[in-house]
Amino acid sequence: MWARAWRLGLRALVGGRRGFTCKADTKGSGRITAEVIEHLERLALVDFGSQEAVARLEKAIAFADRLRAVDTDGVEPMESVLEDRCLYLRSDHVIEGNCAEELLQNSHRVVEEYFVAPPGNISLPKLDEQEPFSHG
Amino acid sequence: MAAPMLRLCCPGRRWALACIDGCSRHRRGAPNGCTSSRKRGQSSVAQQPFITAQKPRKGEHEWAAVVGLEIHAQISSKSKLFSGSQVHFAAPPNSLVSFFDASLPGTLPVLNRRCVEAAVMTGLALNCRINKKSLFDRKHYFYADLPAGYQITQQRLPIAVNGSLVYSFCAGKNRSQVINKTARVKQIQLEQDSGKSLHDDLRSQTLIDLNRAEGQLRVDANISVHHPGEPLGVRTEVKNLNSARFLAKAIDYEIQRQINELENGGEILNETRSFDSKLGCTIPMRDKEGKQDYRFMPEPNLPPLLLYDTESLPAGADPQQVIDIDRIREQLPELPSVTREKLVQQYGMLPEHSFTLLNEVGLLEFFQNVMKETRAEPKKVTSWVLNTLLGFLKQQNLAVSESPVTPSALAELLNLLDRKAISSSAAKQVFEELWRNEGKTPAQIVSEKKLELMQDQEALEQLCHAVMEGHPQVVMDVKKGNPRAINKLIGLVRKVTLSRADPTVIKEILEKKLAS
Repeated sequence: MWARAWRLGLRALVGGRRGFTCKADTKGSGRITAEVIEHLERLALVDFGSQEAVARLEKAIAFADRLRAVDTDGVEPMESVLEDRCLYLRSDHVIEGNCAEELLQNSHRVVEEYFVAPPGNISLPKLDEQEPFSHG
Repeated sequence: MAAPMLRLCCPGRRWALACIDGCSRHRRGAPNGCTSSRKRGQSSVAQQPFITAQKPRKGEHEWAAVVGLEIHAQISSKSKLFSGSQVHFAAPPNSLVSFFDASLPGTLPVLNRRCVEAAVMTGLALNCRINKKSLFDRKHYFYADLPAGYQITQQRLPIAVNGSLVYSFCAGKNRSQVINKTARVKQIQLEQDSGKSLHDDLRSQTLIDLNRAEGQLRVDANISVHHPGEPLGVRTEVKNLNSARFLAKAIDYEIQRQINELENGGEILNETRSFDSKLGCTIPMRDKEGKQDYRFMPEPNLPPLLLYDTESLPAGADPQQVIDIDRIREQLPELPSVTREKLVQQYGMLPEHSFTLLNEVGLLEFFQNVMKETRAEPKKVTSWVLNTLLGFLKQQNLAVSESPVTPSALAELLNLLDRKAISSSAAKQVFEELWRNEGKTPAQIVSEKKLELMQDQEALEQLCHAVMEGHPQVVMDVKKGNPRAINKLIGLVRKVTLSRADPTVIKEILEKKLAS
């Protein structure tokens, strides 16, 4: 029990995400591979930190899959619940802006009215580049 | 967010299904060259480059290159595509940014009517089919200048599709041969622009300005090569093309690079490359990891965009809230090809001249204003405008609007020339004087510099007689049949008249005297 608490603590320290080493043995049909999870995490910056999260994802997919039971032959797909609404067209006048000071207050760092960001995208380390984890 | 942009879509590899037929550009010289341009906003479209063919080496299979252009052009509007903040260049950073543009939670996009009209106009001008229903999507990727993490665009069903642009270019000796080509336009779509990033390498940071309006016209090229009849090759995307010249160079280089690579047994990676203008080559861009997955999804906050025509316009609809394609078609200005055709028909102008007239801002208007005030022949006017005026302007790098010679002044000058009040060499002199812009009219300059042609026929005849008397040897040569001798006589008379006599008239008089 003490060992397990230590493990959890260590995971929390490293941010949890990278501590998840058992993605391959997911519950369920295992149709979500480690590669897909890693791909999704990279694309969406979503943290599937635990087995439960992946299981939840699989349940969500299974739930959505139930749509396949419906025969939709010849039925035009609905792309948006707004499809019957009118798209409002705004006239081309300047009515907003000019609030740089207010907006810049949101930024952690500012240089002369510019938002400051890191020099480029910082890539997520790949799965095999992560710190090896002992979970014995 | 978003300076409003239109993006024209090209038949490159990504959309291979739609555009394989007839879209190859053969290395042996381009019989049916096909590049398609995507345009994003304003009504000027980048001219397509002319690719020179090379002789194929022995034993070489014929290669065909497929080029697609993605053109981003900013729409000329007062406010942005999805927000009411101003569109203006060179404003203080982040001063033209609304809460929506800064992607603050709880803000929603509101579509700008003027941008839709601009997109429809562009589609009509490029012979597209306007989709009466078009949809907005989100294109996701992470970058500091895209605070929302996605860009609103039209990927599934854009506002206009399947257009074409007929263009011509002058080739051959003297650029006198006009060749017509057609570029297919796959689609035109409305989309947001991202912000502007200033890279500060010294302090290892990037400064972000969400004003947008970064570049009014940008082009990316997609290039692949294949053997005709075989499937299309892997394409690369080339960015950082800042001029039509570099666009042409980059495409030429990339086609050759791909051919060389493949002929040496290598393979082409589906990557993004940057054009190095100094070295004249394309290099892989770092920071681009493989193929991007943009996770397109419908924009949940925008219903479909519906357009109407006079037939389908709902009765009693608020005119502010509906867009009538037919009305917009009526408001289209005369397109350049129609103007050029009119010039050729009306004035008997050579096609290549009609191109030059239209390619220079304000030159057509200048020409038309001169035509209004002169009796001179259109061919003469064309020549003076395209050769003399344009030559002087180019030499001093001036725009037509900055010309020191006004259309009226040139018209007056051409009238003097037309009535044979001055010779053409005198006219050139007068033009140079006018260029000095000292406020004198052509008539004043002519009289000041005594450039008028002699009108007194009798006095001229006497001078001819005197010259003939004074040069009996030359007269003998003429009578003997020496063809060049007459020119010598004419030259002598001209000298005596201080170049104030029309050489043709001199020749007539001399010939008459010699005959008698």
